[in-house]
Amino acid sequence: MPHLENVVLCRESQVSILQSLFGERHHFSFPSIFIYGHTASGKTYVTQTLLKTLELPHVFMNCVECFTSRLLLEQILNKLNHLRSSEGGCSTHITCETFNDFVRLFKQITKAESLKDQTVYIVLDKAEYLRDMEANLLPGFLRLQELTDRNVTVLFLSEIVWEKFRPNTGCFEPFVLYFPDYSIGNLQKILSHDHPPEYSADFYAAYINILLGVFYTVCRDLKELRHLAVLNFPKYCEPVVKGEANERDTRKLWRNIEPHLKRAMQTVYLREISSSQWEKVQKDDTDPAQLKGLSAYTHVELPYYSKFILIAAYLASYNPARTDKRFFLKHHGKIKKTSFLKKHEKITSLVTLQLLTLVGHDDQLDGPKYKCTVSLDFIRAIARTVNFDIIKYLYDFL
Amino acid sequence: MLINHALKELMEVEEVSENVLQVHLNGLLQINDKIALKEITRQLNLENVVGDKVFGSFAENLSFLLEALKRGDRSSSCPVIFILDEFDLFAHHKNQTLLYNLFDISQSAQTPLAVIGLTCRLDILELLEKRVKSRFSHRQIHLMNSFGFPQYLKIFKEQLSLPAEFPDKIFTEKWNENVQCLTEDRSVREVLQKHFNVSKNLRSLHMLLMLALNRVTTSHPFVTAADLMEANQLCSMDSKANIVHGLSVLEICLIIAMKHLNDIYEEEPFNFQMVYNEFQKFVQRKAHSVYNFEKPVVMKAFEHLQQLELIRPMERTSVNTQREYQLMKLLLDNTQIMNALQKYPNCPTDVRQWATSSLSWL
Repeated sequence: MPHLENVVLCRESQVSILQSLFGERHHFSFPSIFIYGHTASGKTYVTQTLLKTLELPHVFMNCVECFTSRLLLEQILNKLNHLRSSEGGCSTHITCETFNDFVRLFKQITKAESLKDQTVYIVLDKAEYLRDMEANLLPGFLRLQELTDRNVTVLFLSEIVWEKFRPNTGCFEPFVLYFPDYSIGNLQKILSHDHPPEYSADFYAAYINILLGVFYTVCRDLKELRHLAVLNFPKYCEPVVKGEANERDTRKLWRNIEPHLKRAMQTVYLREISSSQWEKVQKDDTDPAQLKGLSAYTHVELPYYSKFILIAAYLASYNPARTDKRFFLKHHGKIKKTSFLKKHEKITSLVTLQLLTLVGHDDQLDGPKYKCTVSLDFIRAIARTVNFDIIKYLYDFL
Repeated sequence: MLINHALKELMEVEEVSENVLQVHLNGLLQINDKIALKEITRQLNLENVVGDKVFGSFAENLSFLLEALKRGDRSSSCPVIFILDEFDLFAHHKNQTLLYNLFDISQSAQTPLAVIGLTCRLDILELLEKRVKSRFSHRQIHLMNSFGFPQYLKIFKEQLSLPAEFPDKIFTEKWNENVQCLTEDRSVREVLQKHFNVSKNLRSLHMLLMLALNRVTTSHPFVTAADLMEANQLCSMDSKANIVHGLSVLEICLIIAMKHLNDIYEEEPFNFQMVYNEFQKFVQRKAHSVYNFEKPVVMKAFEHLQQLELIRPMERTSVNTQREYQLMKLLLDNTQIMNALQKYPNCPTDVRQWATSSLSWL
């Protein structure tokens, strides 16, 4: 189907396998198909596009959204109901609590004229969550064709391999289809596909080449690469826009964009700063290190004494007990000054922030023991804000 | 399938079809006795069923059903056949009340009742309670695949041939001739022998044939030996190796670091910090500074591996330990890793060399 190939790139063999499995409209297809592959390898997109283009009656469910069996079953039935009465008229909401009722109601709904002679497809996305739901759902769906005696096929889409799904006492084995990851050539082709119309395709392809050169060793996820491509393109075009270089001056463009991409890897890629902050950085040309990050590093604004309590806790956690005297005689005074009640509140708030955790039993009323759960980098950042050189006091660094 | 066939034959006897009632239950659908009871009353169309809804509580339904079944005797009431699919799941219900009652009635001189249970577990009798087991008639029919390879070949041929009722006669003849040639082809026999040695199961044969038939189109109208060989390869693919094929180079480096840790410490669980230190040992050799990524970037790759379930925490995530120090286990073994590395596209040579030996070269 030529139209399909333009919309779905680099997936010809998977599409042809699916099409031959589906067969003609009224043919019975294989009862269950299991599709696995990496995230962003096109499983959801290809399945949805194929079913919509061929206009086959289908119901698309996401198992993260419908995390209990009741939600899942009711939604499937209601969507099917919509499909069969597509001429209009408000149909009542169907309730369904057990899989038994589901099978019964499913048989009733698929007797309708508009659904009778065709294969109905049920697609369950993120199927790995089915394993955590009721135990009879997964084997039941695998055999739905047999249990309902109707022309229905269930497709499971997941990242996790089939061997981890198989129940202990065996089940009906589905047809397993693998969606291979995109090769670097395919990634280049797909990413270059959405180039903005103001620039030429070659210019954008060169940009994608540079982007892949920096990020490919770290990440092959198409969604992330696309996000990074869109965010960083304005910076890449900057020399051309300002008139400093023309489209073919690859070396200048490269020198302009390379440090920027390296910084992107440390911030936007890790979601340390949001994409809107990143765009502002590009426009104002400020140093991203000055930005307030999204991570705990700079986000946590602790009051002055809480910071000292945290530093003391860190030192207490990491220094052996016998060295305490050596380090602490001078500073103890500072902590003793605050009243006891306030210290207690501050400790509880640190526990809520998960910077300290309770060690030992709850029933030790007279002396709860805490442990400090922050990393060295974090405590150094905190210590820097109070002008306290923590390295001098750490046993491991002597 | 066997049951349905037998039932169909039985129903053809006129006396039977007028008298006998059938109740079909499935362990996957009726997951507790309450639902099972409602389903039975629904299928038998007893008086407390209106349309599809069954009224009354569990105790009421049970007593009503038992009364209805007990009132008859061998001469005047309708016989009922109960067919319980996935029988082993029924044995997991609380107190096995349903099974107890059904077997009880079938043993006593009340309504003529036949209970047929279908299961794939051989040890089903051990799952039954003592009182239920004693009421069981201990009649078991084992359906085992006891055919040898020549018969397997015959089944292959039969499954693949088109039946005589197929509308296009010329095509049927050509197709069946092709199937005959395939059966005599040596490479096809090898493929089938390998498949047979792994599993005699007919369903796996169907899967193999399905994969081969997928390639039949109007331009390629007959199944060839090459199709069958490719289908066999697809069947025996290692899916974890496929997942490893799609990982980024950084993630592969982390897996190799974990492999070395496993070799040194003999499969003791490790945490992220240990893996990172091992990775740093590799990065700090002079030529490898291109892999010098920041720690959070390496952490993100590690978390991706966890999401793909290639590594798994030893215990559930607790607040008490930091993420970097949680103990994990690798769910791939060394041969899988080395095989996957062979097929990995554009694997940098230094990474591959590091995989084979963890000793540092200067």
